[in-house]
Amino acid sequence: MNYTVNEQGYYGQFGGAYIPEMLYPNIKELQQSYLTLINEPTFQAEFQDLLTNYVGRPTPLYYAKRLSATYHCHIFLKREDLCHTGAHKINNTIGQILVAQRLGKKKIIAETGAGQHGVATATVCALMGMECMVYMGKHDMERQKPNVERMKILGATVVPATSGSQTLKDATNEAMRHWINNPTDTHYIIGSVVGPHPYPDMVARFQAVISAEIRKQLKAQINRELPDYVVACVGGGSNAAGAFYHFLDEPTVQLVAVEAGGKGVQSGLSAATTALGRMGILHGSKTILMQTEDGQVIEPYSISAGLDYPGIGPIHAHLYDTQRAVFVNVTDDEAMQAGFSLSKTEGIIPAIETAHAFAALDQLEFKKSDVVVVNLSGRGDKDLETYIRYKNQQL
Amino acid sequence: MIYQPNPIRQLFIEQPQNILSVYFTAGYPSLQDTVSTIETLQAAGVNLIEIGIPFSDPIADGETIQQSSQQALQNGMNLTLLFEQLANIRQTVHIPLILMGYMNPILQFGVEKFCKKCFETGINGLIIPDLPMAEYLQTYKSLFAQYQLENIFLITPQTEDERIRLIDTNTQGFIYMVSSASVTGAKQGISNSQLTYFQRIKAMNLQNPLLIGFGIGNASTFQTACHYANGAIIGSAFIKAVGAKEGKLEEKIKNFITSIKAL
Repeated sequence: MNYTVNEQGYYGQFGGAYIPEMLYPNIKELQQSYLTLINEPTFQAEFQDLLTNYVGRPTPLYYAKRLSATYHCHIFLKREDLCHTGAHKINNTIGQILVAQRLGKKKIIAETGAGQHGVATATVCALMGMECMVYMGKHDMERQKPNVERMKILGATVVPATSGSQTLKDATNEAMRHWINNPTDTHYIIGSVVGPHPYPDMVARFQAVISAEIRKQLKAQINRELPDYVVACVGGGSNAAGAFYHFLDEPTVQLVAVEAGGKGVQSGLSAATTALGRMGILHGSKTILMQTEDGQVIEPYSISAGLDYPGIGPIHAHLYDTQRAVFVNVTDDEAMQAGFSLSKTEGIIPAIETAHAFAALDQLEFKKSDVVVVNLSGRGDKDLETYIRYKNQQL
Repeated sequence: MIYQPNPIRQLFIEQPQNILSVYFTAGYPSLQDTVSTIETLQAAGVNLIEIGIPFSDPIADGETIQQSSQQALQNGMNLTLLFEQLANIRQTVHIPLILMGYMNPILQFGVEKFCKKCFETGINGLIIPDLPMAEYLQTYKSLFAQYQLENIFLITPQTEDERIRLIDTNTQGFIYMVSSASVTGAKQGISNSQLTYFQRIKAMNLQNPLLIGFGIGNASTFQTACHYANGAIIGSAFIKAVGAKEGKLEEKIKNFITSIKAL
């Protein structure tokens, strides 16, 4: 079984490039050039240098003793929260801004949910002296205020998306419209493994550094490259794609994708795409999508803005379809409890998105010898307000 | 067998100039306005009608059509209902009819079932902005042909000549010339760079007729478009006109079409 993209841009039956003609020249240019560009030695040298000296890679793989004792197995945390800007998102934005420069683009646009991708994009734009515009759902701007302010300090313009549910899906629509209106001088840095081909593959390749490092670090620490489990949260799925990437063809490694159950899968307030969705087309790719019987996209819900997306990347739809990965979901409450619990057992406050991955550990049955890697995709500073509000409600 | 041009092409044979095509969103402003809108447009002298299937996430559309789509969905419009509303449309309407909509609702309805319903209803063509040409050729071309549906392709100022030629050989309806790099929505006038683009395409002597759309919204821009192409498509400006609070729907439609044809 092949889990990476084919030449037509498909993962099994998912993927493709369902884009209006207005975007065709841009997408075709990317399709034709992205592999050549990113494989050039000068590109790789610059990319690696920035990952090392600017982002702070490799990020540690930390053996979490107290958490391991709780679950009676060996749990390692891949510390993407220690990346510059506080999440894995910057791995991709560094890669894409180097692509944009080589394509001669002058301006950058991006969409953002939790604001982590927006901050990571604004950061690399500041670094490279490029103009940056970030679309963000109006609702998300209210619940992720610190990130909005960070983007502004970094020199980006934050544009509220006021259509639909005013969250990530609508920010993505607005960014695509902006690109249609500004096709020649602008590059669109998509933040997840979603969108038309080649975005899902390009983003996955930039995030694949996560699993490449995990393999090396496991080897160095416990003299084996392959864990028994890799666990990651999935909204669009970029941190999961990166954490899974170099284990896709290792059938002994159980991949666990954790979706946001919201208030419960059957509550009508959920973002558990594989549990609630079926095949559909959104934002340029064929994937699994939460939708009505008539094919209208359903507004998802999650306490975490970064998982609040009605689809998943086509690579994940394929991993689900072929059962290469196990998909589970956890509720808002379970995620919040896991966030508090990790803070107290390991001294790490995770992003609420990431807390979902930790909550899923309760649903898995481990053997004592199992080696489990949890991708700690982001830190919780941006979520302090949500943590405080949640805590006050519990009192 | 004698070659029978499809009704869309037949229209351009009968009237090669000043074709006025109007887009509207089915189920907008009110759910039951679909049929009367079509009949009134025909009575007002419109040559071709594009019936929009509303979608929750229309990425190629500007604010006006996003809002009309949202309203139509809130009104309860869906494909099943649309085909019910259009069931007897060919008893009163003889001009070519095209359905325009995004791929996902069609995919969920079932593409073959959709094509069959179109055929039974008397629909002559389809415009699906997010169905790329490669996907159409590989997966859907024979199905559309079986049900006598012309697939209408868009071209833009960025579309290369070679691709325009390829599009020209793969449709027998018309080519939808997007007037500028943009989403739908009426803009201010037509710029010199747009005129250069119109001239470039005109000079290609394509076998298909050309209609210019996006940003055509009054008599002046309609006239300019007709000078460079076989006619023009008006969407957002029409939606705005029928969305106005005051007045009866039929009056608003007639007044708008009269204003377009004023010059």
